[in-house]
Amino acid sequence: MSATATSPLPGRGTPGTSPQADEAQPTSGKPGLWKTPVLLSALGLVAFVFFGLMGSAQTARFGISTGGDFFQLPTLEVPAMPGGIVLSVLMLGLAAYAVYLKTKARPTPAWLTVTFTVLFVAAFLIWVVGGARTPSISLAGLIAGSVTLAVPLVFGSLSGVLCERVGVVNIAIEGQLLGGAFTAAIVASITQNPFVGLLAAAVAGAAVSMVLAVFSIKYLVNQIIVGVVLNVLISGVTGFLFSTVMQADKAKFNSPPGLDIVQIPILSGIPILGPILFKQSLVGYLMYVAVIVVWVGLFKTKWGLRVRAVGEHPQAADTMGIKVNATRFWNVTLGGAIAGIGGSFFTLVAIDSFTKEISGGRGFIALAALIFGRWNPIGAFFAALLFGFADNLQSIVTIIGTPVPSQFMAMLPYLVTVLAVAGLVGRSRPPAASGIPYVKG
Amino acid sequence: MLQPPIPSGSCTDASRLVRVLKLELRGITKRFGSLLANDHIDVVVEPGQIHCLLGENGAGKSTLMNVLYGLYEPSEGEILIDDKPVSFRGPGDAMAAGIGMVHQHFMLVPVFTVAENVALGAETTKAGGFLNLEDTRRKIKQISDRYGFDVDPDALVEDLPVGVQQRVEIIKALVRDARVLILDEPTAVLTPQETDELLDIMRQLKSSGTSIVFISHKLREVKAVSDTITVIRRGKVVGSASPGDSTAELASMMVGRAVSLTLDKAPASPKEKTFQVKDLTVIAPNGQHTVDGISFDIARGEILAVAGVQGNGQTELTEAILGLQDRVQGSILLDNVELVGRSVKDVLNAGVGFVPEDRSVDGLIGTFSIAENLILDRYDQPPFAKGISMSPAKVLENAKSRIDEFDVRTPSGLLAAGTLSGGNQQKVVMARELSRPLRLFIASQPTRGVDVGSIEFLHKRIVSERDQGTPVMIISTELDEVMELADRIAVLYKGKLVGIVPAGTGRDVLGLMMAGISAEDAASADHAGPVKADTPATETPPADTKDAATAERRAASSPEGGDHV
Amino acid sequence: MSEKHPPKHADQHPKPHQPTPAADETAAGVAVDTAGGTISPSALPASAQSGKLPGGPDTLLRKIFTGSGMVSVLAVLLALVIGGLLIAATDERVGATSSYIFARPTDFLSAVWDAATRSYVALFQGSVFNPRGSSLAARFAPMMETLTIATPLITAGLGVALAFRAGLFNIGAQGQIIMAGILAAWVGFALHLPLGLHLLLVLVAGIMGGALWGGLVGLLKARTGAHEVIVTIMFNYIALYFLRYLLNTPAFQRPGESNPISPILDPTAIYPQIFGSQYRLHLGFVLAIAATVLVWWLLNRSTVGFEFRAVGANPKASLTAGINVSRSTILVMAIAGALAGMSGVAQVAGTEKVLTDGVAATYGFDAITVALLGRSTPWGTFAAGLLFGAFRAGAVQMQIQTGTPIDIVLVVQSLIVLFIAAPPLVRAVFGLNPRRKKPAKAGKSQQAATTGGAA
Repeated sequence: MSATATSPLPGRGTPGTSPQADEAQPTSGKPGLWKTPVLLSALGLVAFVFFGLMGSAQTARFGISTGGDFFQLPTLEVPAMPGGIVLSVLMLGLAAYAVYLKTKARPTPAWLTVTFTVLFVAAFLIWVVGGARTPSISLAGLIAGSVTLAVPLVFGSLSGVLCERVGVVNIAIEGQLLGGAFTAAIVASITQNPFVGLLAAAVAGAAVSMVLAVFSIKYLVNQIIVGVVLNVLISGVTGFLFSTVMQADKAKFNSPPGLDIVQIPILSGIPILGPILFKQSLVGYLMYVAVIVVWVGLFKTKWGLRVRAVGEHPQAADTMGIKVNATRFWNVTLGGAIAGIGGSFFTLVAIDSFTKEISGGRGFIALAALIFGRWNPIGAFFAALLFGFADNLQSIVTIIGTPVPSQFMAMLPYLVTVLAVAGLVGRSRPPAASGIPYVKG
Repeated sequence: MLQPPIPSGSCTDASRLVRVLKLELRGITKRFGSLLANDHIDVVVEPGQIHCLLGENGAGKSTLMNVLYGLYEPSEGEILIDDKPVSFRGPGDAMAAGIGMVHQHFMLVPVFTVAENVALGAETTKAGGFLNLEDTRRKIKQISDRYGFDVDPDALVEDLPVGVQQRVEIIKALVRDARVLILDEPTAVLTPQETDELLDIMRQLKSSGTSIVFISHKLREVKAVSDTITVIRRGKVVGSASPGDSTAELASMMVGRAVSLTLDKAPASPKEKTFQVKDLTVIAPNGQHTVDGISFDIARGEILAVAGVQGNGQTELTEAILGLQDRVQGSILLDNVELVGRSVKDVLNAGVGFVPEDRSVDGLIGTFSIAENLILDRYDQPPFAKGISMSPAKVLENAKSRIDEFDVRTPSGLLAAGTLSGGNQQKVVMARELSRPLRLFIASQPTRGVDVGSIEFLHKRIVSERDQGTPVMIISTELDEVMELADRIAVLYKGKLVGIVPAGTGRDVLGLMMAGISAEDAASADHAGPVKADTPATETPPADTKDAATAERRAASSPEGGDHV
Repeated sequence: MSEKHPPKHADQHPKPHQPTPAADETAAGVAVDTAGGTISPSALPASAQSGKLPGGPDTLLRKIFTGSGMVSVLAVLLALVIGGLLIAATDERVGATSSYIFARPTDFLSAVWDAATRSYVALFQGSVFNPRGSSLAARFAPMMETLTIATPLITAGLGVALAFRAGLFNIGAQGQIIMAGILAAWVGFALHLPLGLHLLLVLVAGIMGGALWGGLVGLLKARTGAHEVIVTIMFNYIALYFLRYLLNTPAFQRPGESNPISPILDPTAIYPQIFGSQYRLHLGFVLAIAATVLVWWLLNRSTVGFEFRAVGANPKASLTAGINVSRSTILVMAIAGALAGMSGVAQVAGTEKVLTDGVAATYGFDAITVALLGRSTPWGTFAAGLLFGAFRAGAVQMQIQTGTPIDIVLVVQSLIVLFIAAPPLVRAVFGLNPRRKKPAKAGKSQQAATTGGAA
């Protein structure tokens, strides 16, 4: 084996095809530190001009409380143009501080980027609502809806986090979501029990993952290829079975009983936070649990240490007696199970039956969320929320009638992700061994 | 079959002293396909000894140790601990049996802290599987204090210098209560001074009861620290030696013939200085000056060798000349033409021949044919191309003549370059670079991982290029190669030029310069008295030292896995 | 890899005409890793492309080549069998007979056989030759339909394959087709130009659209290191939403139409039909052949292709050899986009003649599987495009005649690619693994028998 150590192994000696190897290549070599301050300044200016100076003269109204809340807060009223100016000036201030830090050769701190993002979103929201025909929306509804839409994204991105942290690129999130949605629908329909459906969805997601794991770990097939092909395969299988089995007897095979929304008394009445945290379906509550468990697991436990070691430096893990490929296999499988649960959200919570391509590309948004969240479960959670927010806003703006075409709102997650991977929004570093199969010796 | 993993908490001084173990390898044979890497090797490591495995890099030492550490399964033979046969199905088993290993390439996760790296695989946990790094930190401090390691448990490994990383590796083994510690070529990345410190640590470990298997090809170190020496050549044990044996004896055992291989090199006749580097500074993306204000020049018909421990700016220096570095200040003049700011293609076209330090990464495309690799930097020039249209026939024709000229051992130029041995790969790179008229020739680590036979050939070609009147720059971390080839020697330390000294300068002076001490100070320190007590030069005649050094370096250059022409 | 073999096999060489397991697996590794890249490690055009692999070590290469060729055939077969089982599993008569499977297993087995073959016969008749056609022309209509559908698959597949060879995963053919479709369609319906010139401009506009959209990915990759897989996936969606936006603007929406659909392209902007109006086959197919030749030449006979392959195989060595890696990355993505752009043109100026948000159908994603099946060689991609075109064309007939949903094509298609990427799996299934030949064969065939019975 050592004979091949000096000569490149033909099997893996083609660094260009392995993404990470590619990424390790010197690019133009320009230091990335300037990108963030410059981007923040540009966005601040955009906000100042469009959201501020070109803002509407109307007053944007944001309903905070809903009828069910146990105490009522007044509607928030913001004059659109002055509001936009104030917020964008704050943004420019932050951008200036980032530039100042850069001149001192210090990077932009994370809190600054986060605060900037929040301000930008707020300014954008004021601008959108202020420019609408009916400049009034329910903030509570908007946020609650965003969380709802984010549920499958969060599960999907957690699956991605688990896989990539252990060194396997998971492009098959879409397939796992779709497989979970289909299986949840058909099993819940047959058993007339949504909980069995939920469990079956996890199993289905895990099964999809196992195919990914077997092909990429045992047969060393390029992980991106397996992921891409698996998405097609799952789309084909579910589409085929939908057309044959489900359509033939809808009542029997495609009318799953849904998971009910469980309200926690009193707590669910807290304005804004109540509906998000305490008025969810089982899947929604599981989402919070999963985020916390995965985060704690990855960063605070023995298991997590080993997982991250395998994803960063599998050889080092191997020499410490850790079974690299077994660790990878089970983590990828676990990731699939989590994504499968996320898929069940479509058929057990959101809609009461399965249709073809019900996941509608959300697996790819989950992938985006995972990257935007920098391979961290909590980061991925907030990224997914942001994307869910964009998704929700898209449907709301069409209703209230605003200057922004809804298609551009729909584009937002994808654009943001491109900016993120281009290193314009902070630096993101994937686990070092992600995408590279481990061959002993 | 095996003991359960020893809970790391049970490691106390008393148990360490009591539980010394005897390790025996009996008839170990390891085959990779048709390649016989280890051939019935017998080694006995007595408790509390430093046992050296001496041999060329391709001799099979590392393979043997990977078998012992459970990374490879032996094809035949058995491992005995305290006379009881054991079998290791993985490093976990080996560690549980009390064997620790510090690999040549460190097995540390760069983005983890020291404590996380040490804990990995032998974590102490609280209830529910939660990590208890406090416990690991305490152990690190304990070991660090005992041996004077000075390691911060919470530092990120990627921020640590290599010397400290190596100590982290040793701590990893000690925390696991290793009673036999394997050190695989541990001094390759160290300065002579750091090497001395490591040898001290080894002696300390020995005195506290840890046996050490020390893999090396550096005779000085081996003689300084070993209790027993086993010499391995071409996968076989060729004999035992004692540290008292002469350097020449050890060298000839290692290489397999009487060693008198000095390079037949006429004195240089330097002509005009056509290559000048002035105040060259290279700035890394993190703002560090990897090359810091260097000035030197090379005359036509002269070899300037650049010495230094790896990672002191050599790579960046050559990359700056070639145009691969982005942030370069100062001036590089070749025939009075400025090279700074030009593209790689321009620099190559200006007549610079370049042999990169890592041929499989920078020098060759493994999946391309030899023929294609032979034109890798001239594929778009006549006669190989007209416009953007290439002529395969001409490419093949060129390959045939180059393969003959440079004696590349291959049945066909159509074979993938990756299938060649290290020596033949290097010949391909060298053939490509030397097959056009050059105004400057730069070779980085020209013989690293190359077998003894090829080294002589490559060295001759380098000298003949000099004799044709080309300025030649050699970069080598092997001091002996520098001393053999150089007409003048430049020493780099932390990106700065410590000094340029004439070819005859002694090893000790160069060693001190490699640690950043200026030539004058180094020379006076050297004259003041012997710097190192274990320098063998006093006990062997000078000629013998030189030959031995040559043999040693050649041994070092041979690649892993029996790279024979 | 080889150290895992039990020692007793290590010194027993397999039969001389069979590649050793190690060599074979390595070859598989190459194929997978370069996404099928060049099969022979020696990429020297003269020998690799002439098909003549002279003696010496090259006979080994030929063996690997024929070995993988056989694997390809077996992979297709295996995928068809699994697809057939899926069809049978959902067939009504199979379901009915399974209730008395133990009483009369032959009924059940013949039902399985019938269900699968009926669908595949329909697939064949819908894609190659229909013996029941009323005229000779009608009998060959399916084949013409196959070629029509294969056209965008081939060109987009070439784009993906070319990028693969340069070490880039171009998942973005979908978006590139859309952008090309937008520009080509606009030139086609908004401008009114003389015959010839108009079509030429449509073609150029489409190619430019794809090239820009692809080149932008290359630019991002070269300048910022952004991973092309992520960028291309995101670009697909951005292009799609951009198209949907445009189709709601007056500039693109057909006057008087509330649906998002563009005006019909001018007759001067439409590809002429090759065999007259009876078939949909259009000039785009001829251009696809031309593109295949061009890509072959580019990869194997040009300095540009040399750079692409070098950058794909070892970017660092390429950099050291003076190749401008950034420029190559941008250029290869632009050319890949241009090729996908040709598919966009084939769609709007060939088959669809209008622009809708379904202009790219799933051609961009199918192109990935086409390139993978074709092992990223130009002619391999061409052949794979024809095969998948036949699947697509035949699936329509299959659905009409037997009710088998078109989705089965996706299943078969993706299974083929999965199997081809994992030759050891295919060999294991067919008991061809040279390592443990006999036990594997016996075990597998036995297993096959049992599973066959249980299905």
